[in-house]
Amino acid sequence: MIAIIDYGMGNSGSIKNMLRRLGVASHITSDHQAICEADKLILPGVGAFDAGMKNLHDRGLAPLLDRRVREERVPVLGICLGMQLMTRGSDEGKRPGLGWIDAEARRFSVPPGSRLKVPHMGWAPVVSRKSSALVAPSNQDELRFYFVHSYYIDCHDGADVLLQASHGNSFVAGFERDNILGVQFHPEKSHKFGLKLLENFATRYR
Amino acid sequence: MMTKARVIPVLLLKGKGLVKTTKFKNPVYVGDPVNAIRIFNDKGADELMLLDITATLEKRDPDFRLIEEIASECFMPLGYGGGVQTVEQMGRILQSGVEKICINSAALAGPDLVRQGAERFGSQAIVVSIDARKKLFGGYEVYGHAGRKSAGKDPVSHACEVVAAGAGEILINSIDRDGTGGGYDLELVRAVAEAVDVPVIACGGAGNVAHMREAVDKGRASAVAAGSMFVFHGKHRAVLISYPSAEEVASVSAAST
Repeated sequence: MIAIIDYGMGNSGSIKNMLRRLGVASHITSDHQAICEADKLILPGVGAFDAGMKNLHDRGLAPLLDRRVREERVPVLGICLGMQLMTRGSDEGKRPGLGWIDAEARRFSVPPGSRLKVPHMGWAPVVSRKSSALVAPSNQDELRFYFVHSYYIDCHDGADVLLQASHGNSFVAGFERDNILGVQFHPEKSHKFGLKLLENFATRYR
Repeated sequence: MMTKARVIPVLLLKGKGLVKTTKFKNPVYVGDPVNAIRIFNDKGADELMLLDITATLEKRDPDFRLIEEIASECFMPLGYGGGVQTVEQMGRILQSGVEKICINSAALAGPDLVRQGAERFGSQAIVVSIDARKKLFGGYEVYGHAGRKSAGKDPVSHACEVVAAGAGEILINSIDRDGTGGGYDLELVRAVAEAVDVPVIACGGAGNVAHMREAVDKGRASAVAAGSMFVFHGKHRAVLISYPSAEEVASVSAAST
């Protein structure tokens, strides 16, 4: 069973729907017992960094997730804001993040006169920086995912970088360190590419 | 550097079924929405826009149950428009798995709903759709209520007003070109795209992929939308849901710097 963490930051229904289409059991929950029993976790989220961290703390989820992820080493996938919360902090807010990955979320800056927009919104090609069960086997000629974000991840340890995309400059679209995975894009809204990624997470991680 | 422009099917909802109009008139039934969504999932469409074209005219709420049913089958970004008049309605729709709310008639009454929606859900969730028609003696005029009521506004100034209020995208639709397949109104698209700094989606008149490239190259659109092109096939306009190949979609792109 995969627990999709419900902490009041955006809709998680489409993640559950995509998992159901894959035949993978999941539930959207903030219940501590359910989170303790799950064999995998997904931390979704759309919205502001500080509001996300505040909600995790208010619901008592931050220490619980910390234990499950850091001590019990349960595979966890952060999506969009969920990924950013796994870092040390963000330009967007003042609160510290969960600190599982040595990274920060930075605000995009685009040169004046550029046609690039913030938020970065839309489909973008993604390249892999290391081999990983999350995106393997890559028999597709390219990986493409749907992004909506104004902040991007800056990893301090290059070894954590799994996927990169570009918006003016190259940025980290996915990281992986042991059991901790995060993606900036929305696999649940990236049809065949997202289906494959979530299937890999559901079946190839223990 | 080239940025791929999004290619977006616009699905028009009338009651429980999908229709396609010509110049905003003569709706023709083209199928069941959930079935259409499944086909677009398989074809890997970039994004979908679902517009309920009778909600405002019938002065009723969005069909929340149907929206949820459609959203739960949609594994690509989905926008919904039609009859949205309050922030509470927006919240309910977004909660059901829709990414973007499209506001048209309600944005003509003033910028408040756009501002409140953007403050609560972020600009990326708020699209303002503008239906415009060429005036007899030059220039354009905005129409609300599914093209039925003149708003007495110019599309460029209206676009600037809603972007200032927080709209994250503009869907600019030519009523004159709707359903004709003769190409986008490039003058209209470009005028709006050059006036605002948010993405502009061109709509109305697409008949082929070359028209889409034109809308991006000459019209400076960030994305292109179409209806008939994705639901009709051949000169007898047989109903057949289609989507351009990945190569064709990739060819709709623009220099980003």
